[in-house]
Amino acid sequence: MKQEVDARGLSCPQPVLMAMQAMRKGSGEIEVLVDNEASRENVSRAAQSQGWSVVVDELDGGEFRLSLAKP
Amino acid sequence: MTRGVRNVFATTAGIVAVGAVIGVVAAFLQKSGNPANMAICVACFGRDIAGSIGLHRAAVVQYLRPEIIGFVLGSFAAALAFREFKPTGGSAPLARFVLGMIAMIGALVFLGCPWRVILRLAGGDGNALFGLLGLVAGVWIGTLFFKNGFNLGRAQAQSTGTGLLLPLLMLGLLALRVLFPPVPGEAQSGVLWYSLKGPGAAYAPLLLSLGAGLGIGFLAQRSRFCTMGAIRDVVLFNQWYLMFGFLALLVSALIANVLLGQFNPGFEGQPVAHTMWFWNFAGMLVAGLSFALAGGCPGRQLFMSGEGNSDAGIFVLGSLAGAGIAHNFGLASSPQGIGPHGAEAVVICLAVLMFIGFTNRK
Repeated sequence: MKQEVDARGLSCPQPVLMAMQAMRKGSGEIEVLVDNEASRENVSRAAQSQGWSVVVDELDGGEFRLSLAKP
Repeated sequence: MTRGVRNVFATTAGIVAVGAVIGVVAAFLQKSGNPANMAICVACFGRDIAGSIGLHRAAVVQYLRPEIIGFVLGSFAAALAFREFKPTGGSAPLARFVLGMIAMIGALVFLGCPWRVILRLAGGDGNALFGLLGLVAGVWIGTLFFKNGFNLGRAQAQSTGTGLLLPLLMLGLLALRVLFPPVPGEAQSGVLWYSLKGPGAAYAPLLLSLGAGLGIGFLAQRSRFCTMGAIRDVVLFNQWYLMFGFLALLVSALIANVLLGQFNPGFEGQPVAHTMWFWNFAGMLVAGLSFALAGGCPGRQLFMSGEGNSDAGIFVLGSLAGAGIAHNFGLASSPQGIGPHGAEAVVICLAVLMFIGFTNRK
Protein backbone atom coordinates (compact mmCIF):
# COMPACT_ATOMS: atom_id res chain seq x y z
CA MET A 1 0.00 0.00 0.00
CA LYS A 2 1.23 3.46 -0.86
CA GLN A 3 1.95 5.73 2.12
CA GLU A 4 1.34 9.46 1.83
CA VAL A 5 3.25 12.14 3.71
CA ASP A 6 2.15 15.77 3.49
CA ALA A 7 5.08 17.95 4.64
CA ARG A 8 3.94 21.13 2.91
CA GLY A 9 4.45 24.26 4.99
CA LEU A 10 6.89 22.48 7.28
CA SER A 11 10.54 23.37 7.47
CA CYS A 12 13.53 21.25 8.34
CA PRO A 13 13.89 18.83 9.98
CA GLN A 14 10.17 17.92 9.96
CA PRO A 15 9.81 16.77 6.31
CA VAL A 16 12.83 14.47 6.67
CA LEU A 17 11.61 13.16 10.05
CA MET A 18 8.19 12.38 8.57
CA ALA A 19 9.66 10.69 5.51
CA MET A 20 12.07 8.66 7.66
CA GLN A 21 9.19 7.54 9.84
CA ALA A 22 7.35 6.29 6.77
CA MET A 23 10.48 4.60 5.41
CA ARG A 24 10.98 2.75 8.70
CA LYS A 25 7.78 0.84 8.05
CA GLY A 26 9.70 -1.11 5.42
CA SER A 27 9.62 -1.42 1.66
CA GLY A 28 6.98 -0.21 -0.75
CA GLU A 29 6.02 3.20 -2.11
CA ILE A 30 5.84 6.53 -0.32
CA GLU A 31 4.57 9.80 -1.74
CA VAL A 32 5.96 12.90 -0.02
CA LEU A 33 4.63 16.39 -0.71
CA VAL A 34 6.95 19.31 0.07
CA ASP A 35 6.76 22.97 -0.87
CA ASN A 36 10.33 24.18 -0.94
CA GLU A 37 13.62 23.29 -2.64
CA ALA A 38 15.55 22.70 0.57
CA SER A 39 13.02 20.10 1.72
CA ARG A 40 13.04 18.47 -1.73
CA GLU A 41 16.83 18.14 -1.55
CA ASN A 42 16.88 16.99 2.07
CA VAL A 43 14.17 14.35 1.69
CA SER A 44 15.76 13.09 -1.57
CA ARG A 45 19.17 12.87 0.09
CA ALA A 46 17.80 11.05 3.13
CA ALA A 47 15.79 8.58 1.03
CA GLN A 48 18.68 7.79 -1.29
CA SER A 49 20.99 7.21 1.67
CA GLN A 50 18.46 4.63 2.95
CA GLY A 51 18.49 2.84 -0.40
CA TRP A 52 15.20 4.23 -1.74
CA SER A 53 14.80 5.47 -5.30
CA VAL A 54 13.42 8.98 -5.71
CA VAL A 55 11.34 10.41 -8.56
CA VAL A 56 10.45 14.10 -8.31
CA ASP A 57 7.50 15.78 -10.01
CA GLU A 58 7.29 19.54 -9.91
CA LEU A 59 3.73 20.67 -9.19
CA ASP A 60 2.15 24.11 -9.41
CA GLY A 61 2.99 26.75 -6.81
CA GLY A 62 6.54 25.58 -6.17
CA GLU A 63 5.41 22.27 -4.68
CA PHE A 64 7.03 18.91 -5.32
CA ARG A 65 5.77 15.36 -5.22
CA LEU A 66 8.54 12.93 -4.29
CA SER A 67 7.80 9.32 -5.09
CA LEU A 68 10.02 7.09 -2.99
CA ALA A 69 10.22 3.41 -3.76
CA LYS A 70 12.07 0.39 -2.41
CA PRO A 71 11.43 -3.05 -3.84
CA MET B 1 10.87 13.66 -14.42
CA THR B 2 13.66 11.95 -12.49
CA ARG B 3 16.15 13.87 -10.49
CA GLY B 4 17.61 13.81 -7.06
CA VAL B 5 19.60 16.92 -6.37
CA ARG B 6 20.11 19.14 -9.40
CA ASN B 7 21.59 22.18 -7.68
CA VAL B 8 25.41 22.01 -7.98
CA PHE B 9 25.92 23.80 -4.65
CA ALA B 10 23.68 21.30 -2.88
CA THR B 11 26.22 18.53 -3.37
CA THR B 12 28.98 17.47 -1.01
CA ALA B 13 31.56 19.24 -3.18
CA GLY B 14 29.31 22.30 -3.29
CA ILE B 15 28.81 22.65 0.44
CA VAL B 16 32.52 22.03 1.10
CA ALA B 17 33.38 24.79 -1.38
CA VAL B 18 30.90 27.18 0.26
CA GLY B 19 32.22 26.46 3.77
CA ALA B 20 35.79 26.90 2.56
CA VAL B 21 34.97 30.21 0.83
CA ILE B 22 33.31 31.56 3.99
CA GLY B 23 36.38 30.61 6.04
CA VAL B 24 38.82 32.32 3.69
CA VAL B 25 36.61 35.42 3.29
CA ALA B 26 36.30 35.65 7.09
CA ALA B 27 40.08 35.55 7.52
CA PHE B 28 40.55 38.27 4.89
CA LEU B 29 37.82 40.46 6.38
CA GLN B 30 39.68 40.24 9.68
CA LYS B 31 42.91 41.15 7.87
CA SER B 32 41.05 44.09 6.30
CA GLY B 33 39.88 45.53 9.61
CA ASN B 34 37.11 43.38 11.11
CA PRO B 35 37.52 42.36 14.78
CA ALA B 36 39.89 39.50 15.56
CA ASN B 37 38.40 35.98 15.78
CA MET B 38 35.01 37.56 15.04
CA ALA B 39 35.53 38.42 11.38
CA ILE B 40 31.99 37.66 10.27
CA CYS B 41 30.13 36.48 13.41
CA VAL B 42 26.41 36.74 12.74
CA ALA B 43 25.36 37.24 16.38
CA CYS B 44 28.10 39.79 17.12
CA PHE B 45 27.32 41.72 13.98
CA GLY B 46 23.59 41.67 14.72
CA ARG B 47 24.46 43.01 18.16
CA ASP B 48 26.59 45.75 16.56
CA ILE B 49 23.68 46.71 14.29
CA ALA B 50 21.38 46.88 17.33
CA GLY B 51 23.90 49.26 18.87
CA SER B 52 24.24 51.37 15.75
CA ILE B 53 20.51 52.07 15.69
CA GLY B 54 20.43 52.72 19.44
CA LEU B 55 18.61 49.58 20.65
CA HIS B 56 21.42 49.39 23.22
CA ARG B 57 24.08 51.89 24.14
CA ALA B 58 27.12 49.73 24.79
CA ALA B 59 29.68 52.17 23.39
CA VAL B 60 32.19 49.59 22.17
CA VAL B 61 29.81 47.52 20.02
CA GLN B 62 28.02 49.94 17.70
CA TYR B 63 28.44 49.58 13.96
CA LEU B 64 25.95 49.00 11.17
CA ARG B 65 27.60 45.89 9.75
CA PRO B 66 27.21 45.73 5.97
CA GLU B 67 27.96 41.98 6.00
CA ILE B 68 24.59 41.22 7.59
CA ILE B 69 22.79 43.38 5.02
CA GLY B 70 24.72 41.54 2.31
CA PHE B 71 23.73 38.12 3.68
CA VAL B 72 20.03 38.90 3.26
CA LEU B 73 20.34 40.69 -0.06
CA GLY B 74 22.75 38.11 -1.53
CA SER B 75 20.36 35.34 -0.60
CA PHE B 76 17.47 37.39 -1.99
CA ALA B 77 19.31 37.76 -5.32
CA ALA B 78 20.06 34.02 -5.47
CA ALA B 79 16.46 33.16 -4.61
CA LEU B 80 15.21 35.47 -7.38
CA ALA B 81 17.73 34.19 -9.92
CA PHE B 82 16.86 30.54 -9.27
CA ARG B 83 13.15 31.14 -8.85
CA GLU B 84 13.18 30.16 -5.19
CA PHE B 85 11.87 33.44 -3.79
CA LYS B 86 8.72 32.32 -2.05
CA PRO B 87 6.91 34.48 0.52
CA THR B 88 5.82 32.25 3.40
CA GLY B 89 5.10 32.74 7.09
CA GLY B 90 2.69 32.22 9.91
CA SER B 91 4.39 29.34 11.71
CA ALA B 92 4.25 30.48 15.37
CA PRO B 93 5.70 33.96 14.73
CA LEU B 94 5.72 35.08 18.36
CA ALA B 95 7.47 31.90 19.49
CA ARG B 96 10.08 32.57 16.81
CA PHE B 97 10.55 36.16 17.97
CA VAL B 98 11.19 34.92 21.53
CA LEU B 99 13.53 32.19 20.23
CA GLY B 100 15.48 34.89 18.37
CA MET B 101 15.75 36.97 21.54
CA ILE B 102 16.90 34.03 23.63
CA ALA B 103 19.33 32.83 20.97
CA MET B 104 21.01 36.25 20.98
CA ILE B 105 21.11 36.46 24.78
CA GLY B 106 22.72 32.99 24.99
CA ALA B 107 25.16 33.82 22.19
CA LEU B 108 26.20 37.03 23.99
CA VAL B 109 26.90 35.12 27.21
CA PHE B 110 29.34 32.99 25.19
CA LEU B 111 30.28 35.95 22.95
CA GLY B 112 29.51 34.56 19.54
CA CYS B 113 27.23 32.52 17.32
CA PRO B 114 28.11 29.06 15.95
CA TRP B 115 30.05 30.75 13.13
CA ARG B 116 32.19 32.45 15.74
CA VAL B 117 32.62 29.21 17.66
CA ILE B 118 34.30 27.92 14.50
CA LEU B 119 36.19 31.14 13.78
CA ARG B 120 37.43 31.40 17.38
CA LEU B 121 38.65 27.79 17.23
CA ALA B 122 40.32 28.59 13.91
CA GLY B 123 42.05 31.54 15.57
CA GLY B 124 43.36 29.35 18.39
CA ASP B 125 40.89 30.38 21.13
CA GLY B 126 40.60 27.33 23.39
CA ASN B 127 37.63 28.80 25.27
CA ALA B 128 35.56 28.18 22.15
CA LEU B 129 35.88 24.43 22.78
CA PHE B 130 33.41 24.87 25.64
CA GLY B 131 31.15 26.88 23.34
CA LEU B 132 31.29 24.05 20.81
CA LEU B 133 30.37 21.51 23.49
CA GLY B 134 27.50 23.75 24.60
CA LEU B 135 26.32 24.14 21.02
CA VAL B 136 26.33 20.38 20.46
CA ALA B 137 24.53 19.83 23.80
CA GLY B 138 21.88 22.46 22.98
CA VAL B 139 21.23 21.08 19.50
CA TRP B 140 21.13 17.54 20.93
CA ILE B 141 18.43 18.60 23.42
CA GLY B 142 16.60 20.15 20.46
CA THR B 143 16.66 16.81 18.62
CA LEU B 144 15.07 15.15 21.69
CA PHE B 145 12.22 17.65 21.40
CA PHE B 146 11.88 16.86 17.68
CA LYS B 147 11.77 13.13 18.39
CA ASN B 148 8.97 13.81 20.86
CA GLY B 149 6.87 15.69 18.32
CA PHE B 150 8.01 19.30 18.72
CA ASN B 151 6.69 21.31 15.80
CA LEU B 152 5.98 25.04 15.44
CA GLY B 153 3.30 24.32 12.86
CA ARG B 154 2.91 24.83 9.14
CA ALA B 155 3.74 28.05 7.34
CA GLN B 156 1.37 29.43 4.73
CA ALA B 157 1.90 31.38 1.53
CA GLN B 158 2.16 35.13 2.16
CA SER B 159 1.89 38.12 -0.13
CA THR B 160 4.89 39.18 -2.18
CA GLY B 161 4.95 42.38 -0.14
CA THR B 162 5.34 40.45 3.11
CA GLY B 163 8.15 38.39 1.64
CA LEU B 164 9.94 41.54 0.49
CA LEU B 165 9.79 43.27 3.89
CA LEU B 166 13.04 42.01 5.39
CA PRO B 167 15.11 42.53 2.21
CA LEU B 168 13.60 46.05 2.02
CA LEU B 169 14.42 46.67 5.68
CA MET B 170 18.03 45.72 4.91
CA LEU B 171 18.06 48.12 1.94
CA GLY B 172 16.83 50.80 4.33
CA LEU B 173 19.68 50.06 6.74
CA LEU B 174 22.13 50.21 3.84
CA ALA B 175 20.73 53.62 2.88
CA LEU B 176 21.30 54.82 6.46
CA ARG B 177 24.89 53.53 6.39
CA VAL B 178 25.53 55.41 3.12
CA LEU B 179 23.77 58.61 4.23
CA PHE B 180 25.40 58.69 7.66
CA PRO B 181 28.93 57.30 7.27
CA PRO B 182 31.31 57.15 10.23
CA VAL B 183 32.97 60.48 11.07
CA PRO B 184 36.44 60.15 12.62
CA GLY B 185 36.33 60.92 16.35
CA GLU B 186 32.52 61.23 16.43
CA ALA B 187 30.28 58.72 18.23
CA GLN B 188 27.27 59.77 16.21
CA SER B 189 26.64 60.41 12.53
CA GLY B 190 23.06 61.41 11.80
CA VAL B 191 20.82 58.82 13.43
CA LEU B 192 23.53 56.16 13.65
CA TRP B 193 25.82 55.41 16.60
CA TYR B 194 29.46 54.46 16.09
CA SER B 195 32.11 53.02 18.39
CA LEU B 196 35.29 55.02 18.92
CA LYS B 197 37.11 52.02 20.39
CA GLY B 198 36.58 48.30 20.91
CA PRO B 199 35.30 45.73 18.41
CA GLY B 200 32.67 48.16 17.08
CA ALA B 201 35.46 50.44 15.89
CA ALA B 202 37.11 47.62 13.95
CA TYR B 203 35.67 47.23 10.48
CA ALA B 204 36.69 46.52 6.91
CA PRO B 205 35.87 49.10 4.20
CA LEU B 206 32.14 49.38 3.35
CA LEU B 207 32.29 47.95 -0.18
CA LEU B 208 34.49 45.04 0.86
CA SER B 209 32.16 44.15 3.76
CA LEU B 210 29.06 44.49 1.64
CA GLY B 211 30.55 42.54 -1.27
CA ALA B 212 31.67 39.72 1.02
CA GLY B 213 28.22 39.60 2.59
CA LEU B 214 26.48 39.52 -0.79
CA GLY B 215 28.73 36.73 -2.05
CA ILE B 216 28.31 34.62 1.06
CA GLY B 217 24.55 35.25 1.07
CA PHE B 218 24.31 34.06 -2.53
CA LEU B 219 26.37 30.90 -1.97
CA ALA B 220 24.71 30.05 1.34
CA GLN B 221 21.24 30.34 -0.19
CA ARG B 222 22.20 27.88 -2.92
CA SER B 223 23.88 25.38 -0.59
CA ARG B 224 21.52 25.79 2.46
CA PHE B 225 24.66 26.26 4.61
CA CYS B 226 23.66 25.98 8.28
CA THR B 227 25.92 25.38 11.27
CA MET B 228 23.11 24.29 13.61
CA GLY B 229 21.65 22.01 10.94
CA ALA B 230 25.10 20.46 10.51
CA ILE B 231 25.06 19.14 14.06
CA ARG B 232 21.32 18.41 14.10
CA ASP B 233 21.34 16.31 10.94
CA VAL B 234 24.26 14.18 12.13
CA VAL B 235 22.58 13.57 15.51
CA LEU B 236 19.09 13.05 14.12
CA PHE B 237 19.65 11.25 10.80
CA ASN B 238 23.39 10.55 10.53
CA GLN B 239 23.31 12.91 7.51
CA TRP B 240 26.71 14.57 7.02
CA TYR B 241 25.95 16.95 4.15
CA LEU B 242 25.80 20.18 6.19
CA MET B 243 28.56 18.96 8.54
CA PHE B 244 30.97 18.88 5.60
CA GLY B 245 30.33 22.62 5.16
CA PHE B 246 30.85 23.22 8.89
CA LEU B 247 34.16 21.32 8.84
CA ALA B 248 35.28 23.01 5.61
CA LEU B 249 34.73 26.41 7.24
CA LEU B 250 36.84 25.37 10.23
CA VAL B 251 39.68 23.95 8.16
CA SER B 252 39.83 26.80 5.63
CA ALA B 253 39.68 29.52 8.30
CA LEU B 254 42.38 27.70 10.26
CA ILE B 255 44.67 27.45 7.24
CA ALA B 256 44.02 31.08 6.24
CA ASN B 257 44.67 32.27 9.81
CA VAL B 258 47.95 30.38 10.02
CA LEU B 259 49.07 31.78 6.66
CA LEU B 260 48.03 35.33 7.59
CA GLY B 261 49.66 35.13 11.03
CA GLN B 262 46.31 35.32 12.80
CA PHE B 263 46.55 31.99 14.65
CA ASN B 264 47.34 32.46 18.38
CA PRO B 265 46.61 29.32 20.39
CA GLY B 266 45.71 29.65 24.09
CA PHE B 267 42.96 30.41 26.60
CA GLU B 268 44.02 33.69 28.24
CA GLY B 269 43.77 37.08 26.54
CA GLN B 270 41.91 35.83 23.46
CA PRO B 271 40.18 38.61 21.48
CA VAL B 272 36.63 39.49 22.66
CA ALA B 273 36.38 36.32 24.76
CA HIS B 274 36.26 35.36 28.43
CA THR B 275 37.65 32.30 30.20
CA MET B 276 34.63 31.28 32.32
CA TRP B 277 34.33 27.80 30.83
CA PHE B 278 31.00 26.92 32.40
CA TRP B 279 29.27 30.05 31.07
CA ASN B 280 30.86 29.61 27.65
CA PHE B 281 29.26 26.17 27.65
CA ALA B 282 25.90 27.23 29.12
CA GLY B 283 25.50 30.34 26.96
CA MET B 284 26.03 28.36 23.78
CA LEU B 285 23.77 25.56 25.03
CA VAL B 286 20.95 28.11 25.34
CA ALA B 287 21.73 29.52 21.90
CA GLY B 288 22.07 26.09 20.30
CA LEU B 289 18.73 24.91 21.64
CA SER B 290 17.06 28.11 20.41
CA PHE B 291 18.52 27.70 16.92
CA ALA B 292 17.44 24.05 16.86
CA LEU B 293 13.85 24.82 17.88
CA ALA B 294 13.71 27.68 15.35
CA GLY B 295 15.18 25.52 12.57
CA GLY B 296 18.37 27.39 11.73
CA CYS B 297 21.51 29.09 12.96
CA PRO B 298 21.46 32.91 12.84
CA GLY B 299 23.15 32.89 9.45
CA ARG B 300 20.61 30.50 7.99
CA GLN B 301 17.79 32.63 9.44
CA LEU B 302 19.16 35.62 7.49
CA PHE B 303 19.45 33.56 4.29
CA MET B 304 15.90 32.21 4.68
CA SER B 305 14.64 35.77 5.25
CA GLY B 306 16.13 36.64 1.88
CA GLU B 307 14.08 33.81 0.33
CA GLY B 308 10.90 35.49 1.57
CA ASN B 309 10.50 33.41 4.73
CA SER B 310 8.97 35.88 7.17
CA ASP B 311 9.15 33.37 10.04
CA ALA B 312 12.92 33.58 9.72
CA GLY B 313 12.57 37.37 9.42
CA ILE B 314 10.75 37.46 12.76
CA PHE B 315 13.57 35.45 14.33
CA VAL B 316 16.06 38.01 12.99
CA LEU B 317 14.08 40.92 14.47
CA GLY B 318 13.78 39.00 17.75
CA SER B 319 17.55 38.60 17.83
CA LEU B 320 18.02 42.37 17.39
CA ALA B 321 15.63 42.97 20.30
CA GLY B 322 17.53 40.33 22.29
CA ALA B 323 20.80 42.16 21.66
CA GLY B 324 19.24 45.36 23.01
CA ILE B 325 18.02 43.60 26.15
CA ALA B 326 21.29 41.70 26.61
CA HIS B 327 23.31 44.91 26.80
CA ASN B 328 20.73 47.15 28.51
CA PHE B 329 20.14 44.60 31.30
CA GLY B 330 23.77 43.56 31.79
CA LEU B 331 23.26 40.03 30.46
CA ALA B 332 26.01 40.16 27.83
CA SER B 333 29.54 39.07 28.69
CA SER B 334 32.72 41.06 28.17
CA PRO B 335 36.38 39.98 28.11
CA GLN B 336 36.29 40.36 31.94
CA GLY B 337 33.62 37.63 32.23
CA ILE B 338 29.88 37.29 32.25
CA GLY B 339 27.65 40.33 32.76
CA PRO B 340 26.17 41.20 36.20
CA HIS B 341 22.96 39.33 35.35
CA GLY B 342 24.30 36.84 32.80
CA ALA B 343 23.87 33.82 35.07
CA GLU B 344 20.21 34.61 35.83
CA ALA B 345 19.62 35.20 32.13
CA VAL B 346 20.91 31.73 31.23
CA VAL B 347 18.63 30.07 33.80
CA ILE B 348 15.53 32.07 32.78
CA CYS B 349 16.20 31.59 29.05
CA LEU B 350 16.58 27.84 29.55
CA ALA B 351 13.28 27.74 31.43
CA VAL B 352 11.52 29.64 28.63
CA LEU B 353 13.03 27.28 26.03
CA MET B 354 11.72 24.29 27.99
CA PHE B 355 8.31 25.96 28.12
CA ILE B 356 8.30 26.51 24.34
CA GLY B 357 9.65 23.00 23.73
CA PHE B 358 7.12 21.19 25.91
CA THR B 359 4.07 23.25 24.91
CA ASN B 360 4.53 22.91 21.15
CA ARG B 361 4.39 19.15 20.76
CA LYS B 362 1.94 17.93 18.18
